[in-house]
Amino acid sequence: MEIFDIFLLEAVLNGILLGGLLALLSLGLNLIFGVIDVVWICYAEMIMIGMYAVYTLHVQYHWPLLAAMAAGIASVALLGALMHQFVIRPVLSAEPINQLLVTGGVLFFLQAAATLAFGIEFKNLGVKLPPVAIGEMSFSFPRIIAFAVAVAGVAATYLFLTRSYLGTAIRAISQDREIMPLMGVSPGRIFVATSALGGALAGLSGCLLVLQYDIHPAIGLSFGPITFLICVLGGLGNMLGGLIAAFIFAQFISVGGFVFAIEWGYVIAFVFFIAVMFWRPQGILGGK
Amino acid sequence: MLALTDVCAGYGSFQALFGVSLEVKAGESVAVIGPNGAGKTTLLRAISKLIALTAGEVTMQGRSLKHVPAHEVIACGISQVPENRRLFARLTVEENLKMGAFLPAARKKFAERREFVYSLFPRMQERRAQLAGTLSGGEQQMCAIGRALMSGPKLLLLDEPSAGLAPVIVQSIMQMVKRICAEGYTVLIVEQNIRQVLKVVDRAYLLETGRIKSSGASAELLASDEIRKAYLGM
Amino acid sequence: MKYLLLALLAGTPFYGIGNYPLHLVIMCLLWGYVYTSWSIMGRLGLVSFGHGSFLGIGAYSVVMLWNHFGVSPWIGAVVGVVLSAVVAVIIGFPCFRFKIVGHYFALVTLALSEVTRLIIVALRDQTGGSLGATPNTALAQGNAWSFGALQFSDKIVWFYAILAVWLAGLWVWAKVDRGMTRLALEAISHEEEAAASIGINVTRSKLFVTLISAVMTSIGGALYAQYQLYINPETVSGISISLQMVFGVIAGGMYVMLGPTVGAVFTLLLAEGLRLALGDAFKQFPALDLAIYGLMLVLFIIHMPKGILGTAQEAWGRASRPH
Repeated sequence: MEIFDIFLLEAVLNGILLGGLLALLSLGLNLIFGVIDVVWICYAEMIMIGMYAVYTLHVQYHWPLLAAMAAGIASVALLGALMHQFVIRPVLSAEPINQLLVTGGVLFFLQAAATLAFGIEFKNLGVKLPPVAIGEMSFSFPRIIAFAVAVAGVAATYLFLTRSYLGTAIRAISQDREIMPLMGVSPGRIFVATSALGGALAGLSGCLLVLQYDIHPAIGLSFGPITFLICVLGGLGNMLGGLIAAFIFAQFISVGGFVFAIEWGYVIAFVFFIAVMFWRPQGILGGK
Repeated sequence: MLALTDVCAGYGSFQALFGVSLEVKAGESVAVIGPNGAGKTTLLRAISKLIALTAGEVTMQGRSLKHVPAHEVIACGISQVPENRRLFARLTVEENLKMGAFLPAARKKFAERREFVYSLFPRMQERRAQLAGTLSGGEQQMCAIGRALMSGPKLLLLDEPSAGLAPVIVQSIMQMVKRICAEGYTVLIVEQNIRQVLKVVDRAYLLETGRIKSSGASAELLASDEIRKAYLGM
Repeated sequence: MKYLLLALLAGTPFYGIGNYPLHLVIMCLLWGYVYTSWSIMGRLGLVSFGHGSFLGIGAYSVVMLWNHFGVSPWIGAVVGVVLSAVVAVIIGFPCFRFKIVGHYFALVTLALSEVTRLIIVALRDQTGGSLGATPNTALAQGNAWSFGALQFSDKIVWFYAILAVWLAGLWVWAKVDRGMTRLALEAISHEEEAAASIGINVTRSKLFVTLISAVMTSIGGALYAQYQLYINPETVSGISISLQMVFGVIAGGMYVMLGPTVGAVFTLLLAEGLRLALGDAFKQFPALDLAIYGLMLVLFIIHMPKGILGTAQEAWGRASRPH
């Protein structure tokens, strides 16, 4: 029984590490939704593009890993801005279903583009870092790095949103879009900036995921749905709620996956989600 | 400073302004008065380009605003306090001021102007870390005016600053307006509270169903039969 | 006119068009039926991205019960229907009761279809996981068909069976369309508070429509499994198929009875057309069709948000009412 407990503790701690990463994943999606009122169903696929970008630059072009990652983040940020300009902007006044669906089209496109460019084989960076042992428990080193960077990324985003003019405008525009021109702010530009920031966060997530997981054109599907659930559970657009929900979900996946199998972790998380919807339909921190 | 010539504007097929012409000279304080639905708010929205003109022209210091997009009007020196204040309720007082200073030129002078606003409204300094949505009506109006001053405007547009406020608060708001005029700002104010506003401005225009009915110095208008009968109930 | 067209359609197997085109017609009807099922709730503002779940439940119930327990697909389909209904209530009730609408509803249901896929994959010992499953054949000894096992080697039988189901689907669509429920739900989708104030039980009406839609989709899943004799988690559940359903309906036109069917024909012909047109390139680049499909989806929604049939009807309406 004691052995079981130590592994259970390991699973819980791994869940916390995963939680930081999930928090980062949900942050970008939440930010975009909060400001533009559109959900990017293809958000996880943008992360996938970030992973491939890092892989290509590092493995095929032999860039130093950090440079490859910086370029990966920049390219997904650009992708986010393009996404807004060419896909979202034309449907801003369309029905919500069309807005969702159009991002679904981008999902297919990105998946297919990745398959065309990289094939369906699993790719990885080939970076092997030794696990970190604490007592009888061992933790994957990339996971610890991912957790630390994710937490730093969330904190940096928080500082950006609260301290800078642009960040303050991003928060303001979700409260009153119409009067923004009176402040000298062009809503269209804020939307593009937000989309680029959301893309940059997706790119950063990609950098962290590529350290831990093999890349595959369909990898977005393995963490996209969980990201949606986190955002809804936390209250769409509510970033703090999203952070809390991320850590809760991570526990379900990690501990559930430890006790059963990884897919069951997701299933349990979903069942939990439904249960919470009965209890607090507006999300754990949602208003009204 | 600001001149409107034959301005027509409206919403969709509904026309709210029919050839409005008026002028505000530098250093003046001017009011546009009139009943509910006369088109007063539409007038200010047209100046700020929040809605498009269907005819006529607006010039600021001789420069036409025809091809200036809405978010660049403020860079021409026109700052507006919108109807119902429209503060960012979930931002703090200070963050609201920060939004008023969004323009790159204004950012450099943020600290200086913030101190000016705080000296004008010491209450705002006390409440600077409070969310704007939790302020009282009068405080919200101070915050909204402060936010509009943060861009260092040459012309301040005020849209119904007394709306929805208790009479005693209205008095203090009008005193605030008077002080702002005394600070050397040029002010164009739109008001329904005619008696109060005519006490603080130099000149006024009477707007009815989208047309200028009469205009003149405040004292003149206060004394005119037209205004006294129709709006002051005398 | 209507009946003439129907008679023409009913005669399809006797035009000597060959097996493959007949297969395409059958697929159009089958997906037309499934899309119609989706649109019954979709057109009322209940945008579900979770119908992959009901499709998957229908398909896997039938095949699993048959393969592991020898239960007839007829009973398997009933089990699938009941399971789908239960899932629809479990998801629908809290959503409608607590007014989870719009983006929230879409994301919750999207997660549902993905979770269904994950469950199917997780039960790989029983379901074959991502490799999919094939119903054990009942046609071993020269039998052309087995009614009990719902397996027919003759496509003509399938054609008429699925034609009948498709017609039934349209009938339900029209029934819901004309019934009180539609008026009630249209009020709901626009003005929920107002609907409630005139005595419409919002939750119950939404749940009713969701149940119909889920049950019909589940039957579609069962038919798909029996007709194709092969299913895998990707083709009957998960995000892709759910998005494809919604796209099909939007492409055809959500507010017209035949819209979803037109959408099915369009998406199917698009996929087949791409496959033929790309020919060798397709073999070399297996995802090229998906890339073009995604791109077309985006362009389509931006430029023709009312769908093919909806846009055509509008154009027709404008042309016949000259100003």
